[in-house]
Amino acid sequence: MATASAVSPEVRAKYEPVIGLEVHVQLLTESKIFCSCSTRFGSPPNSNVCPVCLGLPGALPVLNKKAVEFAVLAAMGIQCRINEVSVFARKNYFYPDLPKGYQISQYDKPIAEHGFIEIAIDGGLKKIGITRLHLEEDAGKSLHEGFADAASKTAIDLNRAGVALAEIVSEPDMRSPAEAYEYLTRLKEIILYTGVSDCNMEEGSLRCDANISVRLRGESKFGTKTEIKNVNSFRFIKQALEYEIERQIGILESGETITQETRLYNATEGKTYAMRSKEKAHDYRYFPEPDLLPLVVDEKWQADIRGGLPELPEARRSRMIQEYGITVGDAHTLTLTRAMADQFESVAAKSKNPKRIANLVQGELLGRLKAAGLELEESPISMAGVAASADLVEAGTISGKMLKDLYDLSFERKLDFEVVYEAEGRPEQSRDTASLETLADEVIAANPKQVEQYRAGKKTMIGFFVGQVMKASKGQANPQLVNEVLTKKLEA
Amino acid sequence: MMTSLHSIDSLRNAIREERTTAIAVASEYYQRIQNYDGEVGAFLTLCEERAMKQAGLIDQMAAEGQPLPPLAGVPIAIKDVMVTAGVRTTAGSRILDNFIPPYDCSAVTRLEAAGAVILGKLNCDEFAMGSSNENSAYRPVHNPRDKTRVPGGSSGGSAAAVAAGMAIATLGSDTGGSIRQPASFCGVVGLKPTYGRVSRYGLIAFASSLDHIGPFANTVEEVALLLRTIAGRDPMDSTSADVAVPDYVAELVKPVKGLRVGVAKEYFAEGLSPEVRTAVEAAIQELAKLGCEIIPVSLPHTEYAISTYYIIATGEASSNLARYDGARYGFRAKSSTLSEMYRKTRDAGFGAEVKRRIMLGTYALSAGYYDAYYLKAQKVRTLIARDFKEAFRWVDVIASPTCPTTAFRLGEKSNDPMAMYLADIYTVTANLAGVPGISVPCGESSEKLPIGLQLFARHFDEATLLRVAHAYQQAKSRLQHG
Repeated sequence: MATASAVSPEVRAKYEPVIGLEVHVQLLTESKIFCSCSTRFGSPPNSNVCPVCLGLPGALPVLNKKAVEFAVLAAMGIQCRINEVSVFARKNYFYPDLPKGYQISQYDKPIAEHGFIEIAIDGGLKKIGITRLHLEEDAGKSLHEGFADAASKTAIDLNRAGVALAEIVSEPDMRSPAEAYEYLTRLKEIILYTGVSDCNMEEGSLRCDANISVRLRGESKFGTKTEIKNVNSFRFIKQALEYEIERQIGILESGETITQETRLYNATEGKTYAMRSKEKAHDYRYFPEPDLLPLVVDEKWQADIRGGLPELPEARRSRMIQEYGITVGDAHTLTLTRAMADQFESVAAKSKNPKRIANLVQGELLGRLKAAGLELEESPISMAGVAASADLVEAGTISGKMLKDLYDLSFERKLDFEVVYEAEGRPEQSRDTASLETLADEVIAANPKQVEQYRAGKKTMIGFFVGQVMKASKGQANPQLVNEVLTKKLEA
Repeated sequence: MMTSLHSIDSLRNAIREERTTAIAVASEYYQRIQNYDGEVGAFLTLCEERAMKQAGLIDQMAAEGQPLPPLAGVPIAIKDVMVTAGVRTTAGSRILDNFIPPYDCSAVTRLEAAGAVILGKLNCDEFAMGSSNENSAYRPVHNPRDKTRVPGGSSGGSAAAVAAGMAIATLGSDTGGSIRQPASFCGVVGLKPTYGRVSRYGLIAFASSLDHIGPFANTVEEVALLLRTIAGRDPMDSTSADVAVPDYVAELVKPVKGLRVGVAKEYFAEGLSPEVRTAVEAAIQELAKLGCEIIPVSLPHTEYAISTYYIIATGEASSNLARYDGARYGFRAKSSTLSEMYRKTRDAGFGAEVKRRIMLGTYALSAGYYDAYYLKAQKVRTLIARDFKEAFRWVDVIASPTCPTTAFRLGEKSNDPMAMYLADIYTVTANLAGVPGISVPCGESSEKLPIGLQLFARHFDEATLLRVAHAYQQAKSRLQHG
């Protein structure tokens, strides 16, 4: 067996990786795709089940309309063409967590085809083709631990069996693990924007399999591919692909050939392993599902669904940069989720300086969230709070230092900015000229040498004096006012 | 024996007028089952508790003077391929020997809602695969008209129970002739409705695109009443059609004069027994006497029907029967690994014919063979459906023999699958085309074995089908008694 021995950069450069991704997205329908059972995650095993999703004799599937609408919405988000007529098919295989002995999926007539996602790579944009998006049902789960005789038995939980999935298959258009990572990031962002899935990888609502092969640069034929399964974060997919590329190059360089197989990624070791020793192409014996009629999504229904399609992240970023004068980096941060972008825009429209809001999010909010281990949705300071704080700074009511302190208090007390600001008695930076003059006099008296320099023409020394006075006021003074007072005294 | 109570109408009236009770009727039928079923073998499971509870409710309604539903107190039995909540349902197979479903088949729900008393579950070929009932994993059914002969299949128990007076009516299922052929062999009326007319929810699937639920009874009128009860859109079955259900019983009395009856030469071909031919031709003459116009038609793709049928039916069956793997319910063979569990469970749980069909179907769907078999068969199926469509431009119903022969002897064909498959030669076309078909008794052979007249009609035109069958049955009864 060839192992992934380190391949030199020169050797690596001779080869070009070819990557295609299959992403399963769990749709956020309240009930399953072919029955009315709940899709709630975390219910006791086998509690969200009925004759249909248990595959009992005589039970029949009935398609969930919402699942169709969600799949179409997702497909529109990735620029797919919606097929007016699509057909469900049975994918036949035996597995204990597959109750009917077949999965109802779509095969040669999926609900949507021919889409793409644009990814930013090397300063430019690259289109990654999407072959198809199809609807299917999820299988159950085999459990190997967490019950009495787990050592000798496998238990099956069918709560997940029949949950609606959209499978999104890309073209083999990616040429590096970084491109794959970027594709997944953009795909997830779009799906989140459409609101049809929460894309939560830990709970399995987004799953990704990667097909990867390598070939000598300039070669037009694809090499033999392997499929990597069971990877539960985008970062691990990138790592698994890196490993697999080196492994495959290592094999080819030693004159051997790649075996087409399914490989599992072990994140702890950072390696992939062959899943089955004799992986042959499985014959799923697909045929049209006779228990369901062909699915018709006519133009009118498509138009209705399209009406619910939000502005997609890429378009939104361009518009926001234009409209609010924010930077590309700001735009990316503010569109991380649709909720955040919505909140930003709702306050930015009324704000004196939207750019300052963007700066505060970047400079003050995200760092604190990261330090506190919080997601954006869990932030104690709302976008409205950020906007209010921005306006206070803008008006000169509070200083930057005061804002930082108030933000810290917000995080400490888990209260929004405006609540904390009120609780603190609406503090303002000092405008008390009398006390400022005292401080200025003290500073001038204490630094004769600097006074001399200033008076000799080195006007930039003013910064030093302002700093000293600010320090003496413990940051409470209004820097502009301090500047005025000092200038007057020094010029006198 | 209270022979006067062996029709739905007389029985319902007697209960309404409190001349008898639903409980007394049910008890009488259980007594008859005890007396006769030892020799016939029609029943696999009795559900006396459920039946008596329902009968009690009917009696209470009668006592309170409430209007009685159309099937009030009518003892009905169900082919054991339709699930019944809390009542063992085997599909005639060992693999479901211990299976107690948690829900009811929609057709059963509708019968009970109409007041029917469900007596029990009827024997059949395993997973409805067979034409003689000899493929039951439990025991064969004997034809009540001649106990050395088969009752037909796969709904042999359903036909035999009506023929032996052990139920007033029964439900069966028909995938390639499994209602009409045993109706013909046992001398009762059996109807396969249009595909989509009756919900399949709760019908254990053999071949989903060909499976139909339908009624058996002694008269066309009773069959019409049962169909009226079980027909109509069911939200639980996506393939059930949203087509209005006419009052089939009221439609029966409309005249048949002027209706056009087609006769297709392809259904009077080689292998047709002369006695059957004579009886069916006489029945067609009877229809002419009733004022029907007899018109020759052609269904040119009939000769491909059996091959087409066995590819589609087995393909779908190979997938439908995959769920019987020992993992969740039913029989599980002792084993130490997963693949061993699958192999041993399915090897010991399924009978030979079921295994034969799973293998045929698996082959037909396999990569590299799919286009040549399954896809090709679907194309031929379209041609067969087109044959009917074309013929129905010229005629209102088509008349033919139900089967090429009368009931054969037990064991006569059980080692010759091909000969057995040919027993369905005149019935499978209606399943492939989805059109309704009915078998009505039209005489007897020299050995006193029943012969069936088969009629087909357009999609969802059971009203015309039943009307012609009823007119024929009335005329024949006048001949016999007049």
